[in-house]
Amino acid sequence: MTDVQSQYSTKVMDHVKNPRNVGEMENPDGIGHVGNPVCGDIMELYIKVKDNVITDATFKTFGCGAAIATSSMVTEMVKGKTIEEALKISNKAVTEALGGLPKIKMHCSVLAEEALQLAIEDYLKKKEVQNTPLSNKLSS
Amino acid sequence: MTRVYLDYAATTPVHPDVAKAMLPYFTDSFGNPSSIYSYGQEAKGAVENAREHVARLIGAHADEIFFTGGGTEADNWALQGVLLARENKGNHIITSAIEHHAILETCEFLKKRGYSVTRVPVDEHGLVNPDDIKNAITEKTVLVSIMCANNEIGTIEPIAEIGKIAKEAGIYFHTDAVQAVGHIPVNVDDFGVDLLSTSAHKLYGPKGIGALYIRKGTKIATLIHGGGQEKGRRSGTENVPSIVGFGEAAAIAFKEMQDESTRLSLLRDKLLQGLFDRIERIKLNGHPVRRLPNNVNISVEFVEGESMLINLDLDGICASTGSACSSSSLDPSHVLMALGLHPVDAHGSLRFTLGKWTTEDDIQHVFNVLPKIVGRLRAMSPLVSKATGREKYR
Repeated sequence: MTDVQSQYSTKVMDHVKNPRNVGEMENPDGIGHVGNPVCGDIMELYIKVKDNVITDATFKTFGCGAAIATSSMVTEMVKGKTIEEALKISNKAVTEALGGLPKIKMHCSVLAEEALQLAIEDYLKKKEVQNTPLSNKLSS
Repeated sequence: MTRVYLDYAATTPVHPDVAKAMLPYFTDSFGNPSSIYSYGQEAKGAVENAREHVARLIGAHADEIFFTGGGTEADNWALQGVLLARENKGNHIITSAIEHHAILETCEFLKKRGYSVTRVPVDEHGLVNPDDIKNAITEKTVLVSIMCANNEIGTIEPIAEIGKIAKEAGIYFHTDAVQAVGHIPVNVDDFGVDLLSTSAHKLYGPKGIGALYIRKGTKIATLIHGGGQEKGRRSGTENVPSIVGFGEAAAIAFKEMQDESTRLSLLRDKLLQGLFDRIERIKLNGHPVRRLPNNVNISVEFVEGESMLINLDLDGICASTGSACSSSSLDPSHVLMALGLHPVDAHGSLRFTLGKWTTEDDIQHVFNVLPKIVGRLRAMSPLVSKATGREKYR
């Protein structure tokens, strides 16, 4: 068993204490879900998109301080970004914005990046379906 | 902010009387116990006095106590030492699924070198079934090693019963009693053990000092060679101040253990009951009755352990978890998984271990703080869908 170490940066602790954009979103345009119960980190990221711009992002996370902080940070970072800009947000960028993460926690930032990518993919897929003419849908 | 320390199973503060007893051996009576002049003899006398105290606490003779650099060294010595000494008899060791890493990793080391290891399972409360030990014994078995009480869940194992089985089969029996000595009655004869590991810093002594009890006549190889200290079985100049501290801690434990364990059991039950009253959907890990007097281990559904620990820490409470997120590996605690817990519940575990300076106020502080933390983290948890109210990812 391990005890809490003061291993997190002030910025990380700030996001742990006051996570931004927590909660499930009603009618999101995209949902990204990553992680599994065995490794102990599960993230869900929800985005709202208008005119190709992410207008809102929220999250729900089961995981350690680093997982909560990276989810919180990534929702802050994507707001106001175009889809193309958002896709370029890397785990490195999230980590840097948090003032770094302990080495053993780096996988948490990868999860945040993946959750974002999946939410965007989900949005693009839904959009594609919406834009497909009804006749095509029926024939496929 | 006042700090509430509830992680006594990780380590205990050094008792002020222990620290006081140690001090002269740093500066005044600093001699090497092997030296024949007065400084050396003072130190030697203090070491032997400490040996008596440690021996008395576990019902052993002083000449069966060998000081080591801690519980981990004692465990390593017991396992490797016996297997080396019994090479002509066999190469098989029986242990349990929930041992401390000091045992499990030593077993892994031995396995790589051709020894065979059986890890008997435990039931949902963490109890070893003595029949499993009996059935695992082969002609090649030379050692059984089962912990006295588990460090994570506090379950107390049926050591005396296992001791009988080992004795009937003519096999050495070792117990890692690091969490038990000084906290519950431990007697090497009642237990029927040939070897027993103990450590000072779990009973208000200093860190880095422990002992291996070796029953007279037990064949065990020496691992640390050198100047022949500890009757030639564990070389290295004695850590005199720490040995003195261990002795003093053992003397205090001998005197206070009974009253203290009663006091702690009541506090423990109060904490547990209070948590059940205040937080929905938690469960107790470990045995409901056969349990260390100071151990509370619960799983809080839908919430991960480290995130609880950080938030508790922000409110001044020090606790522990079996979540992987809190360790360098990505696997949750092997102990909790051996109980058959769902990984989510293993990750959601929280351990409070009480001790000499734990008060009712400390418990109250947990009651004031933890329900709010759990509420906040549950609102954040994707394991429950707000829309459907259903649990997800199970």
